[in-house]
Amino acid sequence: MGSSVGQVETQRAVLFNEDRPLVLDSGARLAPVEVAYETYGRLDARRANAVVVCHALTGDAHAAGHHGDPSRTGWWDNFIGPGKPLDTDRHFVVCANLLGGCRGTTGPSSIDPATGRRYGLRFPLFTVSDLVRVHRALMGHLAIERPLAAVGGSLGGMQALQWALDAPGELGAALVICASARLSAQNIAFSAVARQAILGDPDFHGGDYAERGTRPDRGLALARMLAHITYLSEESMRRKFGRRIQDADEPRFGFDVDFAVESYLQHQGESFLRRFDANSYLYLTRVMDYFDPFADPAATARALHGTSTEFLVLSFDTDWRFDTEHSKEIVRELASHHVPVTFREIASPHGHDSFLLEVPEYHRTVAGFLDAVGRRAGVPARR
Amino acid sequence: MRPDLHVVAGLVPAGSRVLDLGCGDGDLLDHLIHRHGCAGQGVEASPEALHACVVRGIPVVQADIDRGLPDFEDGAFDVVVLSQTLQAVHRPVLVLREMIGVVSFPNFGHWRIRAQLALRGRMPVSRTLPYAWYETPNIHLCTIHDFEALLAREGLAATRRRLLDDAGGPAPPWVARRPNLLAAGAVYLIRG
Repeated sequence: MGSSVGQVETQRAVLFNEDRPLVLDSGARLAPVEVAYETYGRLDARRANAVVVCHALTGDAHAAGHHGDPSRTGWWDNFIGPGKPLDTDRHFVVCANLLGGCRGTTGPSSIDPATGRRYGLRFPLFTVSDLVRVHRALMGHLAIERPLAAVGGSLGGMQALQWALDAPGELGAALVICASARLSAQNIAFSAVARQAILGDPDFHGGDYAERGTRPDRGLALARMLAHITYLSEESMRRKFGRRIQDADEPRFGFDVDFAVESYLQHQGESFLRRFDANSYLYLTRVMDYFDPFADPAATARALHGTSTEFLVLSFDTDWRFDTEHSKEIVRELASHHVPVTFREIASPHGHDSFLLEVPEYHRTVAGFLDAVGRRAGVPARR
Repeated sequence: MRPDLHVVAGLVPAGSRVLDLGCGDGDLLDHLIHRHGCAGQGVEASPEALHACVVRGIPVVQADIDRGLPDFEDGAFDVVVLSQTLQAVHRPVLVLREMIGVVSFPNFGHWRIRAQLALRGRMPVSRTLPYAWYETPNIHLCTIHDFEALLAREGLAATRRRLLDDAGGPAPPWVARRPNLLAAGAVYLIRG
């Protein structure tokens, strides 16, 4: 379905500098802040067709198309392109690597100009609102006043939701997919164990591993393996692996990798090391733990009163990382503040990962919703 | 829009916040939002109907009202509409108790219905009840008398009643003389 946006390039912009630093929720000041981002499609003359993709924990700016090898596409290539739910024939899609990330945007592995050393754990803690500040600064850089929509799954959905609260009416729509407005104890527990795997790795050196010429690979791979289990449903694991033995018909009986699922997880862990930084993993999981956008009822009421932003909240029935109850809680909050909201629980066997996959009911819901939002904003109809 | 929905819409104050339980394709909400200045919110279970709402830009929440109403805060809506839905829910009393608003349903006491059962000995099929017995979603059909008895039992008061004809439009005045026999359906505005 749909075609590719083709070859794309990551661009960079310095959005905050010494004269105009990024002031975080904590009061800390950060400068410079450079952001890596990609765009797909064309911004229309009214600058009214921008759709911002907010990525999840381990995503990056390269959401669609390829960087030279057409077989290696961006992480949301099935979602973004001509004729796809984010339709680059009509939408101008922007995706930026998050603050605190490690794929081109300023984060703990960047050099702190004050010390000439990498920030490491001296990088300030930040919030989802801070992530939104940077997205909004990028909109300013691109001279987009009012994005048609912000879209994201998981941590990405949290940003779309927070954006709608921090800048009432700025977004035409917020698409909040398999997200949560308040992590459960179980959610936090999984992230806590993942972080302990990193923090407890002897090569971690308090976050200054790069200076020591080491990397906490064991811990980071373990964190990824653990998290990956929570992204799949029991059903999808059963279908994919069952109790199959890897590369053999008979079990080998021992403690080495034997079952197919073990081999898969090990591969997930190892391939993750090539593209992710342990400190970024700590910061970006922590930002989710503290996320609580409806904590202050009076502030929520002010933010949502009469907002023109439209909301699509989606969950997947087999997602147990952020199950449907998390989405329903968001719906309940919005509805109780008289905000009309559209909510669907999409049937999919793939668990939390579903948001990255081509689930037809999911894609047609997003496409249909964005069409309706676009109609009201004067964006031309889908071809 | 179906004629009965016009009657329902006529009982919804302009500019109110409306929750439509079992909103189907969103016809009524579309009308209320765009013609009556209402803020509308639909609730629906059928995936096809949900998608129809999404495509036309009607806010709709997926929920099966048989499994409890969505957990909206009290006072989030001014009017709750239950249009041709009550007879299809498993526990209509629980739904009625939780809502204040507009309810419409087909009258099983209508003379055509009675005649089909009495003279032909077959389960009635009519314009308001178009389903064969084996495929009908309507599991709690009632007459106007039945419905009013239930309101009395539950201590609910109907402040307005509109009677419907076969086509779903407003019934002529003489129907009010024997509504339980002559009206094909009814719409009530209920206050708790």
